[in-house]
Amino acid sequence: MWDKTVIMMILRGIGETLYMTLGATVFGYVLGLPLGVLLTVTDENGIRPNRMVYKVLDFVTNILRSIPFLILLILVIPVTRLIVGKTYGPTATIVPLTIAAAPFIGRMVESSLKEVDRGVIEAAQSMGAGTWEMISKVLLTEARTSLIVNATIAIGTVLGYSAMAGTVGGGGLGDIAIQYGYYRYQADIMIVTVVLLIILVQIFQGIGMVLAKKLDHRRVN
Amino acid sequence: MDTIIKIDHVSKEFKQKDTDVHALKDISLEIHTGEIYGIIGMSGAGKSTLVRCLNLLERPTSGSVEVNGQVLQKLSEKELRAARKDIGMIFQHFNLLMQRSVIDNVCFPMELNGIKKAEARKKAMDYLKIVGLEEKANAYPAQLSGGQKQRVAIARVLATDPKILLCDEATSALDPQTTKSILQLIREINRDYGITVVIITHEMAVVQEICTHVAIIDHGNLVEHGTVEEIFHSPKSREAKKLIYEGYQKVTEMKGKRCVRITFTNQSSFEPVIGNMVLECKMPVNILYANTRDIGGAANGEMVLQLPDAPEMGDRMVAYLKRVGLTVEELSDYVG
Repeated sequence: MWDKTVIMMILRGIGETLYMTLGATVFGYVLGLPLGVLLTVTDENGIRPNRMVYKVLDFVTNILRSIPFLILLILVIPVTRLIVGKTYGPTATIVPLTIAAAPFIGRMVESSLKEVDRGVIEAAQSMGAGTWEMISKVLLTEARTSLIVNATIAIGTVLGYSAMAGTVGGGGLGDIAIQYGYYRYQADIMIVTVVLLIILVQIFQGIGMVLAKKLDHRRVN
Repeated sequence: MDTIIKIDHVSKEFKQKDTDVHALKDISLEIHTGEIYGIIGMSGAGKSTLVRCLNLLERPTSGSVEVNGQVLQKLSEKELRAARKDIGMIFQHFNLLMQRSVIDNVCFPMELNGIKKAEARKKAMDYLKIVGLEEKANAYPAQLSGGQKQRVAIARVLATDPKILLCDEATSALDPQTTKSILQLIREINRDYGITVVIITHEMAVVQEICTHVAIIDHGNLVEHGTVEEIFHSPKSREAKKLIYEGYQKVTEMKGKRCVRITFTNQSSFEPVIGNMVLECKMPVNILYANTRDIGGAANGEMVLQLPDAPEMGDRMVAYLKRVGLTVEELSDYVG
């Protein structure tokens, strides 16, 4: 059974999984990074407190985070159709993945930025830094190690979600695992796809950690 | 001398759930150009809040803060940011950007001011030379000692070309030797660049070492202020006495007997005052404490004497000491 078609199928699965994961993570950050920044600066202890903005963003983020991914996948079908034109396949799956990832990423960005030492923020304020300079030159730079570590976690989570999306025809390795392992009782193919998923997570984790360590100057050596 | 900082009836309240905390109560103070002004008090006295009102990191609940002729509260957001560039600040925990190298930390305020990178780096090297750290330019803060970090913070402040330097417990995290060298550097900056310095501290030693003036803050109140010499020779308030006398706890154990503290400057210390007094009164005294302190560069002596129990003899001795021109204070009401 390990003929050319199966190998090609698995290779395509890897490609689709990477495409969905990285695509959704990128779009997730396009939405989640500004969300996290806004949640940080508009917080009552932030550099630009704004109760109204914070409350609204906080509420929306919590709502989106509370919906189980599988249900979200179905709920946003109309949106997916509107944006992509169809509701199955890897490209279509990027839409619900992004919607699920963005609030999650926003929360992680928020927690990273809130770790930045208040004293450093105060020092920058005393030097006359404005809000934008504070965000770009102080918050995002000082928190970068934590942001990278969290990006690694985000990629791992999105990868997991993408496998879940496979159950409803999303494509990728998750799709193959369900189709062959569950519906056709071909445990060997399922095991191979699971191993491949593990390897992918390991690779992303490894790259993220090396990068985070390399860019962290808080430690001596 | 012209007034550079004018604190006018400043109060600050922090609203908390059940109680309002009055961190500052109606404080008025003037600081003149070129002074090194110490603000001293116990922790929780409100001195850190007061210094934060000087660049509006903390907004006073009432009263006005005038710096360089501008009332800070009346400025727009943008004007305030510009005004802050004239007011440098260093901190107890240095507050350097940990992900930037030493030279990039010094460049940071110049980046905010839109100075070109090449020029900023060149200037930054000059500032690092002033603080004696040019060979650490490419190191990261994590690789530096506390004293070196504070030197970087000072170089960073110089890069804004400020008129005022605020020091918030800037030496409290440093050992005595390093404290001395940092204070020395602050004194040089004050002298060479004419930068007015405001020093927040809980250590009398810091005030004695470099300050020209001092204000004592206690529970949000300004209890006493004046030149360091005035306060050293004749502290009036209980809090000032407490700070000045903190070196000799033994005095407190001598309660009930009459003790006096005498202070003298260079001129009077040549004469064997105590010896002469004992010879004249024909009665011995007990010396409980004696010390010379360096205040604003001049040696100032102080001595605590336990006088004989007989009241008329004590009065006679006090009169003698006053006659030869020493400052005499009764310590009997002092309870530590």
